Amino acid sequence: MPRLNLLFLGIGLLPAGWWVIGLLSGQLGANPVETLTRQSGDWALRFLLLSLACTPLRVWGHWHTPMRLRRQWGLFAYFYAWVHLTIILVLEHELDMLALWRDVLDRPYITFGMLAFALLTPLAITSTKGWQRRLGRGWRRLHRWVYPTAIIAVVHFLLLVKADLREPLIYGALLSLLLLARLPKRT
Amino acid sequence: MLIKRPEPIAPSEITPESVYQARRRFLALGAAGAGALLLPRLAGAATLPPVGAFGTLPSQALAGGEALTPLDSITSYCNFYELGTGKSDPARNAESLRTSPWRVRIGGEVARPGDYTLEDILQPHTLEERIYRLRCVEAWSMVVPWVGFPLADLLKRFEPTSRAKYVAFTTLYDPEQMPGQRRSVLEWPYREGLRIDEAMHPLTLLAVGLYGQTLPKQNGAPLRLVVPWKYGFKSIKSIVAIDLVESQPTTTWNQMQSSEYGFYANVNPAVDHPRWSQARERRIGEFFKRDTLAFNGYAEQVAGLYRGMDLRRQF
Repeated sequence: MPRLNLLFLGIGLLPAGWWVIGLLSGQLGANPVETLTRQSGDWALRFLLLSLACTPLRVWGHWHTPMRLRRQWGLFAYFYAWVHLTIILVLEHELDMLALWRDVLDRPYITFGMLAFALLTPLAITSTKGWQRRLGRGWRRLHRWVYPTAIIAVVHFLLLVKADLREPLIYGALLSLLLLARLPKRT
Repeated sequence: MLIKRPEPIAPSEITPESVYQARRRFLALGAAGAGALLLPRLAGAATLPPVGAFGTLPSQALAGGEALTPLDSITSYCNFYELGTGKSDPARNAESLRTSPWRVRIGGEVARPGDYTLEDILQPHTLEERIYRLRCVEAWSMVVPWVGFPLADLLKRFEPTSRAKYVAFTTLYDPEQMPGQRRSVLEWPYREGLRIDEAMHPLTLLAVGLYGQTLPKQNGAPLRLVVPWKYGFKSIKSIVAIDLVESQPTTTWNQMQSSEYGFYANVNPAVDHPRWSQARERRIGEFFKRDTLAFNGYAEQVAGLYRGMDLRRQF
């Protein structure tokens, strides 16, 4: 693995490392499960936006280095989304799959969250060079699903907050910017 | 005090060790010799002592003998949007709230309305400790040793008229002191309300302290409501007005989203919040969830207030 990717692999694992230390030393606040749930969701969304920033940075900023990290950031988004879902499944629903499924059906913000995770899964699986070769031109088409997925993820965040919409709106604004940055070059 | 207890309580549960320890520390600090013997009686009188400790108070443990939530969790994990929407914001922003001097206006359908100092409000009442479960609508819970006195005692002093059917409470509105109010996250000032029979129930408390100390600002100092069988948002903080009224008052969360936050907001594991289940809760300090109790475990004392009501509709 190139040194750049190795460096960023270490950086990307910092939040997860901090959770382990924080859990063991009791530094995740009065409700560590809530802290973990929120922060894992935050990091999934942040890495997803980072992976979406690579192309605009190349096209508009003529900065090519981030492109080399795009796959890694996308995979980190999936990794943290998986941590997020696992925490919810184990600590919220205590492995009661039926309860989780009922939530998916009944509660729109969970429907959106689960949908985002489901859409990310094939993208994560097909992120390897081998799959890229095998799928040929279909690969690009498949991976365009990341755009609706990111929108769905932000909607998930918007729907779950109680009253203070600031944070999800900031993510929404950043995502809009990243999506808009793609429009002109296409036409 | 006529509060039915669900089960006999072992002597060890009545005074938890941590509270007992805190008192000893206070006694050691504040009193010497025979003075120490007088202290419990003095501390029982309801002016807020400057040292911030109430000394020994009569205590009722009404949380089924469950362990108390540690003080630092109670003071660092708060929902008090006036001081910020994050759980740790209130502790951080508490400084700017001035709780002294403090005035409380008593108004509406009472024989003796008026604007009173906090000292006037508290003066005739005898403080006591009440250990209650606290269940937040967000499905977490705590066990808190409150210091306070029954709201009923206060209301009776001001002589509600026959038209007093509800009690409306209002939190301080002052964006200078409460930075959270600078944005309209909720419709300020925060308002809450109870039906008169709920307000008069002996479990309903006006609290001025917890863990034997004056109430930390982030927990709603200097005067807050505690209604242990309802979701926490009913227990309004930093109260500046209490009005006896004839019709059901507008309450903040209910006004914000009535499908999610009912006027009654009785803890009910059978009625979900539209966005999450209320069947189980996470006790702060525990990793896994536990079952939520009907009326937060106070059904025996309060279920009678709601006889004949459809609690699925009037949630």
